[in-house]
Amino acid sequence: MTTLYERLGGAAAIDQAVDIFYRKVLTDERINGFFDDVDMERQANKQKAFLTMVFGGPNQYTGQDMREGHKHLVARGLNDSHVDAVIEHLGSTLAELGADPADIEQVAAIANGARDDVLNR
Amino acid sequence: MATLRFDGQAVTTQDGETVLEALLRHDLAVPHGCRSGVCQSCLMRAREGVIPATAQAGLKPALAEQDYLLACRCVPEADMVLELPAAGSLRTPATIAAIEPLGGDVIRLRLTPDTPLDYRPGQYVTLWRDARLGRSYSLASLPDEGQSLEFHIRVIADGQFSGWLAGEARPGDRLDVQEAAGSCYYTPALREANLLLVATGTGLAPLWGIVREALRQGHQGEIRVMHGAVGCEGLYLHQALAELAEAHANLHYHASVLRPEGCTAVDTRPLDELVVETIGDFSGWHSYLCGAPELVNQLRRRIFLAGARMDAICADVFLPTAPAKT
Repeated sequence: MTTLYERLGGAAAIDQAVDIFYRKVLTDERINGFFDDVDMERQANKQKAFLTMVFGGPNQYTGQDMREGHKHLVARGLNDSHVDAVIEHLGSTLAELGADPADIEQVAAIANGARDDVLNR
Repeated sequence: MATLRFDGQAVTTQDGETVLEALLRHDLAVPHGCRSGVCQSCLMRAREGVIPATAQAGLKPALAEQDYLLACRCVPEADMVLELPAAGSLRTPATIAAIEPLGGDVIRLRLTPDTPLDYRPGQYVTLWRDARLGRSYSLASLPDEGQSLEFHIRVIADGQFSGWLAGEARPGDRLDVQEAAGSCYYTPALREANLLLVATGTGLAPLWGIVREALRQGHQGEIRVMHGAVGCEGLYLHQALAELAEAHANLHYHASVLRPEGCTAVDTRPLDELVVETIGDFSGWHSYLCGAPELVNQLRRRIFLAGARMDAICADVFLPTAPAKT
């Protein structure tokens, strides 16, 4: 039986997905203010780590990391609507890459599982 | 908090403080430059202790394996014993062969290292006037042209390094060259790709190396060199690039100046507009962006959003030597 991460294409798919996903996020007026780190490479590395996690790949994230990493954004007004937008872009990124709907749903579920930690509640 | 041992002293770091900040706070002399993990002037070696991964980002594997680290990127997790790189281990002595004006406030420095430097066109090195005073500059030469190294240096009137070069330094004077670093260079894998080379000011130096290396290797795709400056005198390779473009059908040269009085064949659109309007769709383009941080960072974003792959954008931000935080 293959894992979700393997079905989605593993590390190679992540590289492709980061470009598509990050472009969507940067052009979405609802949320791009939270992604305005001028250091795009550092930002892209964060996206990569995030996608690896929600694709069910190897990652070291803990709930505590998620809380710490987003605290400053919550202070700037990060809320459920922004998390919804990110999950929406995740779904459309995966659809563009040809993932099947059941897998997209599973990725969204993993992302949703991090919601409370991300929003520090 | 961690205790650092360096140069016979023990220094305790504060929360979140880097090795460089802690040592400078105790008035210990540590060479440094950009404080951003780019110039590698603050290279140190750990004798003991755990090196955080961020402190080795961008280092050559050979250096990382030998426990070298960047002090400005190292927030210690536990006690460390540190030392500066042994004199001579990474530096090659060199002789100044020539210092000549290139145009505007830019000079060309030619150095002859005692032993050939191993580098790729587009990389940079730190030049050391003495043990503690170093500045990073991009290489504009090609290894295949001979042993001589070429640099394009903007002279800052009271600059400790560039001011000295323009004023007191003479051919025959000696300098040290630290080994080459940087990942923006031409590789044969790009032979068929379209290359976009964009520079402000002396950001042109590494691109002058890259474009000539690409041509030397028989580059097949299109190459566009775009140079931006405030006034015409800042287009210090205007003639040379125009002639190079004349000689190669796949090479195009564009210049952008804010004040066009005194030169011909220039564009007055801002450099970023010129780039975006000329190329349009950036998928299939491999870009090198060098120069002022605002322009480079902004352009990187625009190029990415206009279809370039993130890993097909190579950016070298030219950072001035950072003053100490007060």
